[in-house]
Amino acid sequence: MTKKITLKINGAEHTMEVEPRMLLVHAIRENASLTGTHIGCDTSSCGACTILIDGKSAKSCTILAVQAQGKEIATVEGLATAEGLHPIQEGFHLNHALHCGFCTPGMMMRAIELLEKNPNPTEEEIRWGISGNLCRCTGYNNIVTAIQWTSAKMQGKELPSTEPKFV
Amino acid sequence: MIAENFNYDAPTSLEEAIALLHQYGDDAKILAGGHSLIPMMKLRFASPTHLIDINNIPGLSYVKEEDGYLKIGAMTKEVEVEESEIIHAKYQIFMDATKLIADPQVRNFGTLGGNLAHGDAANDHPAVMIALGAEVEITSKDGKRTVGIDDFFHGFYTTAVEHGEVLTEIRIPAASGNYGSAYHKAERKVGDYATAGVAAMIQIDDQGRCTKAGIGLTNVSPLPFRAKRSEAVLVGSDLSEAVIAQAAQYAAEDCSPSEDLRGNVEYKRHLVGVITKRMLNKAISRAKK
Amino acid sequence: MIKCKTSKAIGGMGHSKKRKEDARFIQGKGNYVDDVKLPGMLYMDIVRSPYAYAKIKNIDATAALAIPGVVAVVTGKDLEKYGLHWMPTLMSDTQMVLPTDTVMYQAQEVAAVIATSRYLARDGKEAVMVDYEPMDPVMDPFKALDEDAPVLRSDQEGKTDNHIWHWEVGDKEKTADVFNNADVVVKQQMHIPRIHVASIETCGCVASYDKVDNHLTMYMTTQAPHAIRTVIALVAGHVGLTEEKIRVISPDIGGGFGGKVPVYPGYVIAIAVSFLTGAPIKWIEDRSENLQADSFARDYHITAEMAGTKDGKIQATRFKVLADHGYTDASANPSKFPTGLFSIGTGSYDYGAAYMEADAVYTNKPPGGVAYRCSFRVTEAVHAIERMTDMFAKKVGKDPAQLRMENFIKKEDFPWASPTGWSYDSGDYHAGLQKAMDAIGYHDLRKEQIEMRAQGKFLGIGISTFTEVVGAGPSQDFDILGIKMFDSAEIRVHPTGKAIARFGTKSQGQGHETTYAQIIAEELGIPMEHIQIEEGDTDTAPYGLGTYASRSTPTAGAAAAMAARKLRDKAKKIAAHLLEVSEQDLEWEPGKFFVKGAPEKAKTIQEIVFAAYTNHPEGMEGGFEATHYYDPPNLTFPSGAYICVVEVDAETCDIKVRRFVAIDDCGNIINPMIVQGQVHGGLTQGIAPAMYEELIYDKAGNILNGTFMDYLVPTAVESPSWETGHTVTPAPHHPIGAKGVGESPTVGAPPAIVNAIVDAVAHLGIKHLEIPVTPFKLFKELQKVGYFKKAT
Repeated sequence: MTKKITLKINGAEHTMEVEPRMLLVHAIRENASLTGTHIGCDTSSCGACTILIDGKSAKSCTILAVQAQGKEIATVEGLATAEGLHPIQEGFHLNHALHCGFCTPGMMMRAIELLEKNPNPTEEEIRWGISGNLCRCTGYNNIVTAIQWTSAKMQGKELPSTEPKFV
Repeated sequence: MIAENFNYDAPTSLEEAIALLHQYGDDAKILAGGHSLIPMMKLRFASPTHLIDINNIPGLSYVKEEDGYLKIGAMTKEVEVEESEIIHAKYQIFMDATKLIADPQVRNFGTLGGNLAHGDAANDHPAVMIALGAEVEITSKDGKRTVGIDDFFHGFYTTAVEHGEVLTEIRIPAASGNYGSAYHKAERKVGDYATAGVAAMIQIDDQGRCTKAGIGLTNVSPLPFRAKRSEAVLVGSDLSEAVIAQAAQYAAEDCSPSEDLRGNVEYKRHLVGVITKRMLNKAISRAKK
Repeated sequence: MIKCKTSKAIGGMGHSKKRKEDARFIQGKGNYVDDVKLPGMLYMDIVRSPYAYAKIKNIDATAALAIPGVVAVVTGKDLEKYGLHWMPTLMSDTQMVLPTDTVMYQAQEVAAVIATSRYLARDGKEAVMVDYEPMDPVMDPFKALDEDAPVLRSDQEGKTDNHIWHWEVGDKEKTADVFNNADVVVKQQMHIPRIHVASIETCGCVASYDKVDNHLTMYMTTQAPHAIRTVIALVAGHVGLTEEKIRVISPDIGGGFGGKVPVYPGYVIAIAVSFLTGAPIKWIEDRSENLQADSFARDYHITAEMAGTKDGKIQATRFKVLADHGYTDASANPSKFPTGLFSIGTGSYDYGAAYMEADAVYTNKPPGGVAYRCSFRVTEAVHAIERMTDMFAKKVGKDPAQLRMENFIKKEDFPWASPTGWSYDSGDYHAGLQKAMDAIGYHDLRKEQIEMRAQGKFLGIGISTFTEVVGAGPSQDFDILGIKMFDSAEIRVHPTGKAIARFGTKSQGQGHETTYAQIIAEELGIPMEHIQIEEGDTDTAPYGLGTYASRSTPTAGAAAAMAARKLRDKAKKIAAHLLEVSEQDLEWEPGKFFVKGAPEKAKTIQEIVFAAYTNHPEGMEGGFEATHYYDPPNLTFPSGAYICVVEVDAETCDIKVRRFVAIDDCGNIINPMIVQGQVHGGLTQGIAPAMYEELIYDKAGNILNGTFMDYLVPTAVESPSWETGHTVTPAPHHPIGAKGVGESPTVGAPPAIVNAIVDAVAHLGIKHLEIPVTPFKLFKELQKVGYFKKAT
């Protein structure tokens, strides 16, 4: 029943023997031991398991590991490089866009594709763009701000202040 | 949540996929985007013994105008429809609808063909296709056949696609003249299935008369529903406020919603009436642009 | 602007320091319980009841055990042999670990399957055959008290009904007297529905028992690791698992909100199986299990009344509660407070008569209730008082803001003795509401509302001016299972002036690694970057009752300051020794002691600490460490003024929050950025029960929305862009003047939202709306008042 597959995750190849029913998220977390990608629901609702497959944000709890054979998979662990953090990581940190951190990897992976397709999103576009990712802690305000900050950063624009704003 | 075990094949041609369907019989299922099927399998509401993944078959993903039709390949992803230039220019109804389907990640994988072939009146594209008067191309080992959208949906999770067949293309009569379309659904929160949804298409002649009208309703009937009385009152009319009100009222009266957590029958009929009116006005204003 | 006493480099209180804990979370290096992987680990899945109330006739595990990889199937009968089939709840009720004969709610644990993989455990679960004899469940808490209702807890000797407890507070006669003589009385029945915390990480554990050392290491999602260790010892001490043999590790937690306070059966089963097999056992819930079986929150049916004069002076309130606890009282309240701190329900208003009573009942629903980001039932109380205040304002024809201003407790009247026995420590309610009104442009909105109504459009403005009560708590009143609710800090400063500090609390996203470091930096002048914070390991951290009920800052935060002050006293002695002056000649500024009048003669804290290890005065203990257990003299009373503006679609009943301004007063602020983040998140957990979330059961006891498809957690689209600010009224009795804030917004937001929606449609005859206010519910209410036609 099992199939031998090779997953290319963050540029590294992971060969594994899996049942066809093995969900991609489990293959990533358990077979490839990359536990930054999380599981928060069983109905494709929460987005905690979001990764990139060939650059497209995907809910890895709703994709079979066998389907990812030969595809380029990117997870949170691959974001930072020797040069430093990815702008989205910096954006989340500087704008306090995370509390417990559980939804954060999925939220960032989703935001990366959002900004790739729409480098200058409006607040409305960001909110709709992350509507497949639930966060229970932050109330989303600072996630929106972080994505706006990252948008500026990625385009070399003047960076907005990361001090909190109060009425 | 973990599915029962199954065998998995990923054929690279339609012929091969169809042969596998025949080989495995009734327990085989086609895996398209998988974003309806895999959740059902994880919950063990569905337990096919064979999955035939058709994602590796080339040539099933496109959006193009040809021979007087808008043709959409069955494996075209929601996101590809959302981003298609033809759609932006002439078929805004898809922009309205795709935005409201699940969420961006799901739309990266969910396919139009899958959304129809799932045979669920809660999905959004069935109503859109009804409004647009689509037909569906189905391929089997004997070749291709075409089924009108009104004959496509047979029951809960059952469609005209028989065992051994694959839905391959959706054809929509091309937009011409003053043509406008719109979709909206009431939903409890973003990404939810419709409490009630309405797809509307209108064509107007230069004198302002309605020459063509289509209205499809989401999740307010056991099968995706065409509001025929509403269409009839629109076609040939001047699309006055009174006519639109009449069409909206007919749609509300003629659908047959059932009570669930989203609402009771009265509320759903009420929503159908309000949204029908709004979508007709939106389609008309688009047609006049 | 927040004034800071320390430089940005030191980063004490008031600085919006970026969080120290972020680095691991943004790089996928958090360590949550499902990331724990031990050699030889087995996986557990749980068979759950499809019925709300049924006899178990037989459990047949044959087919499950025939699956290669399925190691064991554990039932209540197996646990009964070791006396582990029942366990105590935190409220001294009892709860089944696994049933031996009867299931009491849908999704209750029935048997556990142990297998070599997660997938095989699931296959095994599907293969266990259970034969049930279903019975008619008791789902309606009012009917649970009927004489002919079946007695659900027949396991309790002599039990003849479904009543759990009665509670009351206040002066019943005096209150009745005021009501009898009042000009105006308003009365409303309301339900604060059953909801679920739904943290994005579900619950789970890895129980690892070492047979050779007779030692259990328990990795688990718990907000209170020390208390849990004690509970485990109480449950399993008789089989040899005594407290020194248990190490509870609470790793990174993906959100708690109160749902990770209780001991769930799954934890205990995992421990039992690990104890019997010697293998580590991992149990991780699915979302549906989490929603369907773990402790709920709220579920209070309240009859609320308010009496006052016709010119708008509030004179008395009277609340009567029926609390649906499911089949066991598994609340996580302090022992002497069966309704938690519900008696805060007299709110922010100055009047002298109140009476509250509550009765709790058993039903065939999952046990609870826990907090949902709320300090022990404060949300229920605040909802009642803030709804009644609006209804009263409407009845006497006063603007709800004006009426509140006229009835607030004045800032000079603190400490203020409430009619239900609290001593409110401090507050400035007028300033908070005025700031909120100015920020949102209250009077202009009222004008716009009139204009919009003229066009058939509905705009509503809703206010909530709440008083919270947090920081449990003073040991004369507050304990959990007898353990006093103090909390602890231990600070250890290394010779080079860098420190580690450990706490009995446990962050689940609150940012303790940053804020505790800032408190210590404030007191000792050591840069916060040089202070490492640790929590969650019972082998290393000092004992404490954990993080919930907004208690960490009021208790452990205070402990940190007090421990640091002990160290500063020691530092002064060392500085005097080093500078060869007397202690009285020294003055402190953050980071150093200097000689009065000769600031160049100074010793930095780092020099002093080094001396503590290298050159300390004769007769002084070496080293530089301190521990403090802080027993608060009073609770703290944060407050807030929230104003919400909604637009309601006159045809579809869609409700859109246009603006929401939240002005919080949590006393002195440790980190404004983190406080604001807490408020944002709490507000979204306020809009959630106000408009979206509710656990719904049918008459047969089936849960109708036990997944994220139907349990509607708000996304970024439903959640508006929050506008927040603060007033600062320090807590006079707290070492750093802080009050706690994590839950204020969840407590304060729902009535502001509902008051706004009611306000939007009040002119159509709507007086009250039950939460969650959905478009569907609003439609039905507007039908009742004749705005929408009813089908005939």
